[in-house]
Amino acid sequence: MLTILFDGIAYGMILFVLAVGLSVTLGVMNVINLAHGTFAMVGGYAGVVLVNRWGVPFLAALPLVALVAAAVGLLLERTLYVHVYAKSHLDQVLFTIGLVFVSVSVVSWAAGSQVVFIQLPEFLRTRFTVFGASIGAYRLLIIVICGVLALVLQGVLARTRFGARLRAAVDDPVVARGMGIDVARLFMVMFAVGSGLAGLGGALGAEILGLDPSFPLKFMVYLLIVLTVGGGSSITGPFCAALLLGIADVAGKYYLPSVGAFVIYSVMLAVLLVRPQGLFAPR
Amino acid sequence: MTVGAATAVLARAGRWRWPEVVFWVAAGASWFVLPEQHLLLNEICILGLFTLSLDLVLGFAGIISLGHAAFFGCGAYIAGMLARAGYGDPVLGLVAGGVGAGVLGFATAFLVLRGSDLTRLMVTLSVSLVLFELANRLTFLTGGADGLQGMAVGAVLGRFEFDIFGAVAHAYSLVVLFVLFVAIRWIMASPFGVSVRAVKGNRLRAAAIGIPVNARLVGIYALAALYAGVAGALLAQTTQFVSLDVLAFHRSAEVMLTLVIGGTGMLYGGLVGAILFKVAQDTLSNLTPEYWQFWLGLIFVALVVVGRERVFGWPAALWARVRGR
Repeated sequence: MLTILFDGIAYGMILFVLAVGLSVTLGVMNVINLAHGTFAMVGGYAGVVLVNRWGVPFLAALPLVALVAAAVGLLLERTLYVHVYAKSHLDQVLFTIGLVFVSVSVVSWAAGSQVVFIQLPEFLRTRFTVFGASIGAYRLLIIVICGVLALVLQGVLARTRFGARLRAAVDDPVVARGMGIDVARLFMVMFAVGSGLAGLGGALGAEILGLDPSFPLKFMVYLLIVLTVGGGSSITGPFCAALLLGIADVAGKYYLPSVGAFVIYSVMLAVLLVRPQGLFAPR
Repeated sequence: MTVGAATAVLARAGRWRWPEVVFWVAAGASWFVLPEQHLLLNEICILGLFTLSLDLVLGFAGIISLGHAAFFGCGAYIAGMLARAGYGDPVLGLVAGGVGAGVLGFATAFLVLRGSDLTRLMVTLSVSLVLFELANRLTFLTGGADGLQGMAVGAVLGRFEFDIFGAVAHAYSLVVLFVLFVAIRWIMASPFGVSVRAVKGNRLRAAAIGIPVNARLVGIYALAALYAGVAGALLAQTTQFVSLDVLAFHRSAEVMLTLVIGGTGMLYGGLVGAILFKVAQDTLSNLTPEYWQFWLGLIFVALVVVGRERVFGWPAALWARVRGR
């Protein structure tokens, strides 16, 4: 029971790190981005190459992976995404689905379509028992890293000048621009940060989530659920939603394996009906 | 404007023009001229009908749907299960599939009335995901991941047995497509269709001049679902097989691309798009069978970055000229 809760929290934490970048593009820039999972996949495969092939230690590889994914995100943002900011939602949907299809094909061409794993170091494979719950060191690491990231993000957003600017741009981009805030640059930075975080999440969670070329398609739905349930305008909303989803999914798979993902989708439908703006969003 | 004058305007807008006649004559002639392409042309007819149905939702009602395959799959499974249970009459299957999907559309239409584009996108997507999971789990009904096997589809109207070359299938699908197209053309030129367009143009104003906005949206959504269901039933009957693939996400994405290629909001856009899409798919997947999705995605990206208006500006202008006569 506690083990399931623990695994669920680890899973939810990963989902949060994956999705937090999306809350910027979607909640802030009002761009429907279905291709966010692509950056997570980039991070995951970068991790595979770094750790398995080049022998970089797992922990040292994580920041590198985030950098790679952020660079890819920045590149795509500058070359492609800038063209679709002002377009209709239909265009954005088409564009990002296109990106997903392209990335899925490119990765399956380059790396094969089988599931790959990042080799974990020995000390992360151990398990120990606390209060009767069997806890894996790997999942504990996930929770620590993601938890710290969430706190840092919240701190940056709430306490720094950059965070204040971002919140201003979120509330009213036009006025923020009028006050001399370079909104486009701000968004660019946040896009890169979001992609980097997704990449980190992809590499960190490769073991739990399962990494294969269809990753962006598989997790597109989960990431969107986190966003729609959590609401896009804060960090805490998606965080709570990700934890809930993670716990519900792990528990559902454990207790009701025959029902599967059905419960998750139905619950989301219900949430969308009752509160289209998200469960944790301020009214 | 009096009622009589308004009716006259609608009647004039609904009149058939010669390019349309040419189009349908060519479609009919394809059965005689291209006998070795029956299978591909059958697929084009089915995709055309499915895309036409999405056009009603997206092009005429302005609802972005990422889960239109839900209705397609619903129709396909109903027709398939009927045929397996011994009710193999194709027309019966079509009607049942269409009505079943239409009822589903009516039930879920109320979910897409509110919220933003993103909410609607998520709602349509999750409806199709729920159906996919249902079809995947209810193995005794649907065969699950193995697909629905053992369908026994009877002869069309009791006379024309389906053959392996797809000649009967092609003719059957083409006739169904034509009949349903004529029907929808008539509906969209009626006061109902015109008011649906008004709702898309400006919801608030449409409500202000007395159009029941929600009723119109629910109506067109259910109608579109019915069309998608018939398309699914056609696929099930002509291929004598239904798999989970009919409900898959990529089907919803592909039909959207097909519609965008052909142009939204013109009825013919779906048909033209289906021809272009299927021919491109056939050619590209002969060249690179595994990476067909790569090209599909690239087309999506290029279309949007270059700008749909620029790429497809000329056929729309042509159509406007034809209509303006």
